[in-house]
Amino acid sequence: MSKSIPELEKIASQVRRDIVRMVHAVNSGHPGGSLGCTEFFVGLYFSVLTHNPSFNMDGKDEDLFFLSNGHISPVFYSVLAHSGYFAKDELATFRKLNSRLQGHPTTHEHLPGVRIASGSLGQGLSVGIGAALTKKLNGDKSIVYTLHGDGELQEGQIWEAAMYAAHNQVDNLIATVDLNGQQIDGSTKNVLSLGNLKAKWEAFGWQVLDEDKGNDMQSVVNVLQKAKTLTGNGKPILILLKTDMGAGVDFMMGSHKWHGVAPNDEQLAQALAQLEETLGDY
Amino acid sequence: MANFTYTEKKDTRSGFGAGLSELGRSNPDVVALCADLTGSLKMDAFQKEFPDRFFQIGIAEANMIGIAAGMTIGGKIPFTGTFANFSTGRVYDQIRQSVAYSGKNVKICASHAGVTLGEDGATHQILEDIGLMKMLPGMVVINPCDYNQTKAATIAIAEYFGPVYLRFGRPAWPIFMPEGNFQIGKAIHLKEGKDVSIFATGHLVWKAIEAIEPLKALGIDAEVINIHTIKPLDEEAVLDSVAKTRCVVTAEEHNIHGGLGDSIAQLLARKNPTPMEFVAVNDTFGESATPDQLMKKYGLESSNIMKAVQAVLKRK
Repeated sequence: MSKSIPELEKIASQVRRDIVRMVHAVNSGHPGGSLGCTEFFVGLYFSVLTHNPSFNMDGKDEDLFFLSNGHISPVFYSVLAHSGYFAKDELATFRKLNSRLQGHPTTHEHLPGVRIASGSLGQGLSVGIGAALTKKLNGDKSIVYTLHGDGELQEGQIWEAAMYAAHNQVDNLIATVDLNGQQIDGSTKNVLSLGNLKAKWEAFGWQVLDEDKGNDMQSVVNVLQKAKTLTGNGKPILILLKTDMGAGVDFMMGSHKWHGVAPNDEQLAQALAQLEETLGDY
Repeated sequence: MANFTYTEKKDTRSGFGAGLSELGRSNPDVVALCADLTGSLKMDAFQKEFPDRFFQIGIAEANMIGIAAGMTIGGKIPFTGTFANFSTGRVYDQIRQSVAYSGKNVKICASHAGVTLGEDGATHQILEDIGLMKMLPGMVVINPCDYNQTKAATIAIAEYFGPVYLRFGRPAWPIFMPEGNFQIGKAIHLKEGKDVSIFATGHLVWKAIEAIEPLKALGIDAEVINIHTIKPLDEEAVLDSVAKTRCVVTAEEHNIHGGLGDSIAQLLARKNPTPMEFVAVNDTFGESATPDQLMKKYGLESSNIMKAVQAVLKRK
């Protein structure tokens, strides 16, 4: 059952609290990209995906999601927990010894909701294509979703996969690029510019949707729903989703500096003061 | 039991191709992926018979490994095919993260391994692949010795759940193993002997067999064991043999670092330190020439095995 936009926004607020608390607790992790992708994850898992939290690796007749930029694991874990894949309390084990919530997501510890390890960038689009091909072979009409960082598009494997998916009409695949314009060493413009991404992906044979309001819940849900209507047309689908790194926490926004840095005690308090506790902290 | 003579030679890659087609008929979950080397990998028969389950990836090996990993989700058993160099070194991180660490049921099938690739030269003659693959936790590493064993291994790995590296080659090679029945991780005694244990893998198994009679003429009774599975190693078979012979020669078409010799040396160092000699490529790249010329130049002939045996016997 799909949730209203205010309900989704409430979940997003709690997810943001989880993110900053998780990275603060272990003084490590990636808050910036996680906060920026909160609307995407909440919209996807609570409004768009057909999925079953009593997790099964094969996911037959379910929509599947693959996180390619695995470093934004905090938002992924929080959303999986709130979706019912595992208990919220487990978020407290993030990045700690013997945890299923590894720094980057993995299947190795059998965390429900995760279907592939990611962290080394550029591999998730290929994996998504593989899962989409198997769905076609199995006569399974559900959809495969992937998420990528924009900096990640500097990896060559992404473009191998882009070429393959178009040539082979993998049209049950919706990839999203988190277009926050930042990577570890600075802005993508300065590090290695990505150029006209829309033109590039279209030239590769994809249907491309632009969404400039990637931190507006209604816009995110709308673009995901729109993408869904484009499946089955013989072309893979790409969403270029413009987000603000660090969205929701004013002092973290718009800078690459919070890519992989945790807030200190004072900064945590400052962040939490901006984020309403809507569903109870873990 | 294996024969020490042969009537026919065939390339091990054709054993892979034949095994793959048989799997196509017996197991509907088996799918095949190839990176623009369908003919070289002998996957064309499978492609023709099962076009819907064959995936031409193009020259994009990293993408192939990722797609294979993804295809396991939903129950397929992907067999990827390209040259050994492009199956391992080129895509090591993709295999490491998306296949091995993720525990995916992908079979990485690699042809043209070693110097017997011949004239194409060192860019294509990988001699480090066994080492690369065996270092990955959970990866099974298999290097069969002839057409029959390669075909049987191809069929057997579909029944095993988990990542596998299957290594084979290009040259026509004597067929001396019986057809059928392949057990992963179970070494095969080809000849009982009491003076020295020769553990060989891949093409070098035949070279070890060729050394048996000349060694006998020198009064040396060699035990020859076919180690088709380098990981997991059949430790019991190695230790039992060594307990009897008390000296060892390993033989492989691979760099001396990282291959079968290393695995056996590590086992023996822990369990039963034993004099040992290694027939392998001595930490160098290959080059262009015929396979026979290269086997000779890089010391992979039966005469090299004989010399190694004589050397190790002096240290016994």
